[in-house]
Amino acid sequence: MTPLLEAKGLTAFYGDAQALFGIDFQLTAGEMVAVIGANGAGKSTFMKAVTGLVKTQADGIRFQGDRIGGLPPGEIVKRGIALVPEGRRLFPSLSVEENLAVGGFSKRPGPWSVERLFKLFPILAQKRAQPATSLSGGQQQMVAIGRALMSNPTLLLCDELSLGLAPIIIKEIYDALPAICAEGMTVVIVEQDVALAQQVSQRIYCFQEGRVSLQGRSGELTREQISQAYFGISAEEAPHT
Amino acid sequence: MFGVMRLTNTAQGDFIILGAYAAIASLGAVALSPWVIAALLLPLAFAFGYGLQRQVLNSTLGRDPLPSLVVTFGLSIVIQNLLLQLFSADPRSIETEGFNTQSISLPGSISVGMLPLAILAFAVAATAALQWLFNRTQLGRAFRAVSDDKEIAELMGLNAHHVYALATAVAFVLIALAGALQAMRTTVSPSDGPLLLLFAFEAVIIGGMGSFWGTLVGALLLGITQQIGFRIDPGWGIWFGHIVFLAVLLVRPQGLFPKTRG
Repeated sequence: MTPLLEAKGLTAFYGDAQALFGIDFQLTAGEMVAVIGANGAGKSTFMKAVTGLVKTQADGIRFQGDRIGGLPPGEIVKRGIALVPEGRRLFPSLSVEENLAVGGFSKRPGPWSVERLFKLFPILAQKRAQPATSLSGGQQQMVAIGRALMSNPTLLLCDELSLGLAPIIIKEIYDALPAICAEGMTVVIVEQDVALAQQVSQRIYCFQEGRVSLQGRSGELTREQISQAYFGISAEEAPHT
Repeated sequence: MFGVMRLTNTAQGDFIILGAYAAIASLGAVALSPWVIAALLLPLAFAFGYGLQRQVLNSTLGRDPLPSLVVTFGLSIVIQNLLLQLFSADPRSIETEGFNTQSISLPGSISVGMLPLAILAFAVAATAALQWLFNRTQLGRAFRAVSDDKEIAELMGLNAHHVYALATAVAFVLIALAGALQAMRTTVSPSDGPLLLLFAFEAVIIGGMGSFWGTLVGALLLGITQQIGFRIDPGWGIWFGHIVFLAVLLVRPQGLFPKTRG
């Protein structure tokens, strides 16, 4: 069976600085996979490489069997990959509804529409005409997720959904993910909270200094293994994760 | 153009004069009403603006504003010299079959010229159209999204280079309209562009960056001030306008009606 997404020996650079060093990554349709790692491990760069925001080698990434490395972001979103970017990055000049509408610009057919998203996140319906960046952090994250869903992606990449949010809001955001996955969507989350990542995902990839340092089924990985892969040190020496 | 892509077009005034000469040359070639000629120029200006942005200006965009400044400054020199070569330095204008001398009388011995009134009506209509385009249409959403965050807009499937070209195309429709009206109102010569650019900058700063209606008010205020200056002394009009511009910069540097962003 062809993997939905496959990276082989993926490299990425910011100018002369190399950020990814031969990443191997496989994703099967319908999975929820978490990518964990410390700051600067290359998690967000990997997300950007998959979505075309960072240039990579042409044969570094395949999506549904097709080479997508080096394609522009607009072409990649049309093929069915959407990103919820780190820090949300909503359009400040646009209202909540307009942000969502721009997300649907690629016009891929599918179940998601503005009205459907208002059912998933009812609070957004009440604030549809407000500037998106005037909302609270959690509500902005809902808009960012909704904006990505509007392209009706096959693969949804979520970069640090919990960043800067209160625990109760994080729970609310993560509680919405099963409804999204129920549509047959494959989801990759980047998460620094290891316990949360283990809880919501089926498989985990751990990145360290631009390389995959560990991968496995979420329930089978031990704290010792994760600490070693996350920090490069043993669990006894590591801070609590 | 600046609002959407942070590009300062220092050849703006020269393109207005180019539009004026395009209308003048067209009137010399075909026997049509100047209003019909002006209307026919608008789609051509749209196509010209789109092509200029796609082929030339897009490659000057980036974090550094210098390349676009240098290229548009170069275009300004090219346009002025091209017009000088083709049309000489003699001032020219568009004959409006007497419309530019007609006026309507108001109570109190006040006469208002028909042409200035028509220009005001065009300016109000163009401002309203721009406001509608930016706030109410899918294209306007695309303009604002690309202006806010080009990288994320591209992630949504927008082609920023195409969106930029459409923004410039719309700007060039207004430039062509301004050029034709300028040549109807007064005479134009190849070196008039930089002064028009200066007035445009002053109108934008007085009105407030990013506000269409603010820019219209800024332009009206500048024009009225200049006329008051001219009334006092024929040599005072231009610098009276500059005084108002400097006063706004000192007292309210954000302009009278700055755009408020979330």
